[in-house]
Amino acid sequence: MAAISKFVRNPMGVIGTGMLLVVVCVALLAPELAPYDPQARLQVTPADILAPPDAQHLLGRDDAGRDVLSQLLYGARVSLIVGFTASFMSMIIGTTVGLVAGYFGGRVGNALMRVVDFLMVIPDLPLMLVIIAVMGRGLLNIILVIGLLGWTYTARLVRSQVLTVRERQYVLRARAIGASHMHIIWHHIFPQVLPLVIAQAVLDISVAILEESSLAFLGLGDPTLISWGTMLNFAFERAISAQAWWFLLPPGFAIVWVSLSLILIGNTLDQIVNPRLRSHHLFDARRMVNIQNSG
Amino acid sequence: MALLEVRDLAVDYLTDRGTPLHAVEGVSFHLEEGRSLGLVGESGCGKTTVMMALLRLLPQEGRIVGGQVLFEGRDLLRLSEAEMRRVRWHQIAMVFQGAMNALNPVRTIESQIVEALTWHGLARSVQAARQRAGELLELVGIPAHRGRQYPHQYSGGMRQRAVIAMALACNPRILIADEPTTALDVMIQAQILELLEGLQRDLRLALVLVTHDLGIVAESCDEVLVMYGGVVAEYASSDAIFNTPRHPYTQRLLQAFPDVEEPGTALASIPGNPPRLDALPPGCRFEPRCHRRLQVCAAAPPPAIEIASGHWVSCYQAEAEP
Amino acid sequence: MTSSSSLPALNPVPGPPPGGPGMGCGWPQAEGVPLLQVEDLHKEFPLPRGVTAIVRRQPRRIVHAVDGVSFALDRGDILALVGESGSGKTTVGMNVLGLQRPSRGRVCFDGYDVAEWAQGHGPSLEVEGPLAALSRRQRVMRLRQRAQMVFQDPYEALNPRQTVFDIVAEPLTIHRLTRSRDETEARVQAALETCGLVPAGHFWKRYPAELSGGQRQRVVIAGALVLEPDLLVADEPVSMLDVSIRADILNLLHELRRQRGITILYTTHDLATAGFFTRRMAVMYLGRIVELGPTAALLSRPRHPYTQALISVIPVPNPRRRHTRTILQGEIPNPVDIPPGCRFHPRCPQAIAECREIDPPLRPVAPGHQVACLLC
Repeated sequence: MAAISKFVRNPMGVIGTGMLLVVVCVALLAPELAPYDPQARLQVTPADILAPPDAQHLLGRDDAGRDVLSQLLYGARVSLIVGFTASFMSMIIGTTVGLVAGYFGGRVGNALMRVVDFLMVIPDLPLMLVIIAVMGRGLLNIILVIGLLGWTYTARLVRSQVLTVRERQYVLRARAIGASHMHIIWHHIFPQVLPLVIAQAVLDISVAILEESSLAFLGLGDPTLISWGTMLNFAFERAISAQAWWFLLPPGFAIVWVSLSLILIGNTLDQIVNPRLRSHHLFDARRMVNIQNSG
Repeated sequence: MALLEVRDLAVDYLTDRGTPLHAVEGVSFHLEEGRSLGLVGESGCGKTTVMMALLRLLPQEGRIVGGQVLFEGRDLLRLSEAEMRRVRWHQIAMVFQGAMNALNPVRTIESQIVEALTWHGLARSVQAARQRAGELLELVGIPAHRGRQYPHQYSGGMRQRAVIAMALACNPRILIADEPTTALDVMIQAQILELLEGLQRDLRLALVLVTHDLGIVAESCDEVLVMYGGVVAEYASSDAIFNTPRHPYTQRLLQAFPDVEEPGTALASIPGNPPRLDALPPGCRFEPRCHRRLQVCAAAPPPAIEIASGHWVSCYQAEAEP
Repeated sequence: MTSSSSLPALNPVPGPPPGGPGMGCGWPQAEGVPLLQVEDLHKEFPLPRGVTAIVRRQPRRIVHAVDGVSFALDRGDILALVGESGSGKTTVGMNVLGLQRPSRGRVCFDGYDVAEWAQGHGPSLEVEGPLAALSRRQRVMRLRQRAQMVFQDPYEALNPRQTVFDIVAEPLTIHRLTRSRDETEARVQAALETCGLVPAGHFWKRYPAELSGGQRQRVVIAGALVLEPDLLVADEPVSMLDVSIRADILNLLHELRRQRGITILYTTHDLATAGFFTRRMAVMYLGRIVELGPTAALLSRPRHPYTQALISVIPVPNPRRRHTRTILQGEIPNPVDIPPGCRFHPRCPQAIAECREIDPPLRPVAPGHQVACLLC
């Protein structure tokens, strides 16, 4: 496909993909790569607590004497699971709402958009705090909360694109040949919307990971799992005064790494799929078709 | 001496792969003061390219690779960019294709004309510029007070007039109008053509009308240049083109034109498509679609022959009776 | 202008198409009823009001796109609907096909009220027999099979992401008219080749961006033909094509009518193309028909001043033939503010005092020839 070749030629996209692949491999191969099991009970001596990096523990040990590197590698799993799942959920909800609001319009469309406005106005993090506090901590709850609040931007994006596509003459043609609404939405509108949604979804993964890290940092993460946010939480409370930088820096660095990779990929996709004026402003591009093509 | 004389103009477009496409080759014509020339051809035949080359406004990929453009004796292709800027708009102005849709939507018409005037240093003050803008609008048939309105408040025909007014801002000697009536209704087309004819008369303007519509050329132009596939097929006075066409393409073009006085006669069409610039035929560019082609036509491109005074044809059978 | 007796004879109306009506879609053909009957069609579009206008209780401004149009089309007939932008001709086409609902008046296709069928407002008194048992969706589908549209802009009417095959096969898929891939291919091939895209196999893999304007328009026509409709509404099918390519498309439509007896409603703003292959012509101005009659008569002896002006400005491809052009000043007024009396009087070169007060109806001036003018 032309889009894929364009992507491959863009250095930002390639670098971003490479970075993301590293993280994905780490997450998948964590049991293989991690030298120690981060959940295992250890016999520790006081010297092990917040021990600096050495040959056996490349990133040192945390406040309970566990290996920081292993935690980091396993933490990738939580972040990626939350990121991808929550973003996928947002994509589905947002696209559906946007399609319905944009295509049918009228009172239904207005009502849906007011819901979107309502949700967009409320600040995300405080709302999530409240909901998690009420629902209880747990990985599923976190995914639900992030996914159910993160679809609003996609919905707006999809709706505005649908409004444009809906007026195109080939949609009118589809009506004229007898297509049902579902047929038109699926065959004519959705394919034009999908590329934008995917580009946005990739950026949303990054946002979801950051939100999960924030929630875990504030102590609302899943207590049974280690994620980068939880590491930061413990590090912030316990390691700073001890100046144990090896506990603080790695999770922060990892979050930045993943976010950056996703942003690079997402921006590249956006550049490729977003409609732009490609013709010289003094030429009507479609007339030039006749120079290049004959059939 | 002709006001404008183009000799053997050739333009190439460079592709991504580096091979040049020979978009225009061997185009020659001349234009006298107060006369009008119609440049006719299908979309993609190179007529807009020729005009852009005249004004040296080709896009990045375009290259003028040969020929001369003599304006009042000076070769425009040899001028520096600064000198060319004194020619553009001051001496030769252009109404671009689709310009009526390219007006700045957030500025009033008057302010857009004033911008052209002040940029070219033609007005001593903003007040004078506004005055002049009003005069220009009246000249094209728009009441001056409507200059304070925005493009969306104008109809299609009025926008086209506004763009023509802008082109006349610097009192050019030559006005080039690229497809000025496409996308307009027939009555508005007639109004615009009437306007252009009036301007040509009153301002002694030389006019070049670029179009794919033979009909408007018949009504408005003194000379006609028929282009096909980037080369000149036929160049003659309007009367000769319509009554004694010699090039097979011109003949077929005339047959494809519905004549309201003889409705019901079959409309001829020309089978096939214009040549691809990257796959040009070795001989005459029209040969693959020509109903009168001979062996020699495919061998080498025919030279332009003057078969009668001022009547040039690029065809091996130009002198034979049709 | 030549007199009508010296014009070549136009083709006689052919009989009903072979194979029966509409490929067995089960719609019983009414006898003795014109295929299409438009009765006093009105279509209005209310303009949205701003808050201040609502608060001040100002009346809604309404665009009277179509303001009382009536005509009939027999099977195999071909009518040109001529008018400039703002005349309402495209709106008439949309209402004829049931893509819009008339504000007043009705459109009857083969005796059945199109608006009721397409928009589904309950059974009408005319529905009886097997058709009454169909659901609304099924009735709309039947209508779409029999009446199709050819669009104006070949660059916009085709989805750039669909191949030519997908585009032409789409109607078949929607209506579930074919049972196998082979059958679909056969019908798509037939449609493409009828429209001159030969060999079909060469074209159907392509995307619209790879085709020229004329080829795209043929794909549009093939897409409409594949359902084997009885009526084609061709909405300015050639105005966006080069003059040299128009002939091809017009010839194609001409052949479709001649060989298959398809009824055609051809809208255009270019009288010359209308003159070429239509038998009857209706000239529209600001939502009304101002003159209706045989094409030959209208072109040789137009009665209405607007028709006369339109014909006089048609370019003549011969500089030796000098003719006077009646170039009307100004533009077509906004359909929101229709002038009182005769709607053409502000621009009419022959207007008299009464024209400002009286709105002339369409009146016959010769057999089959009607004019809406006080002076005729």
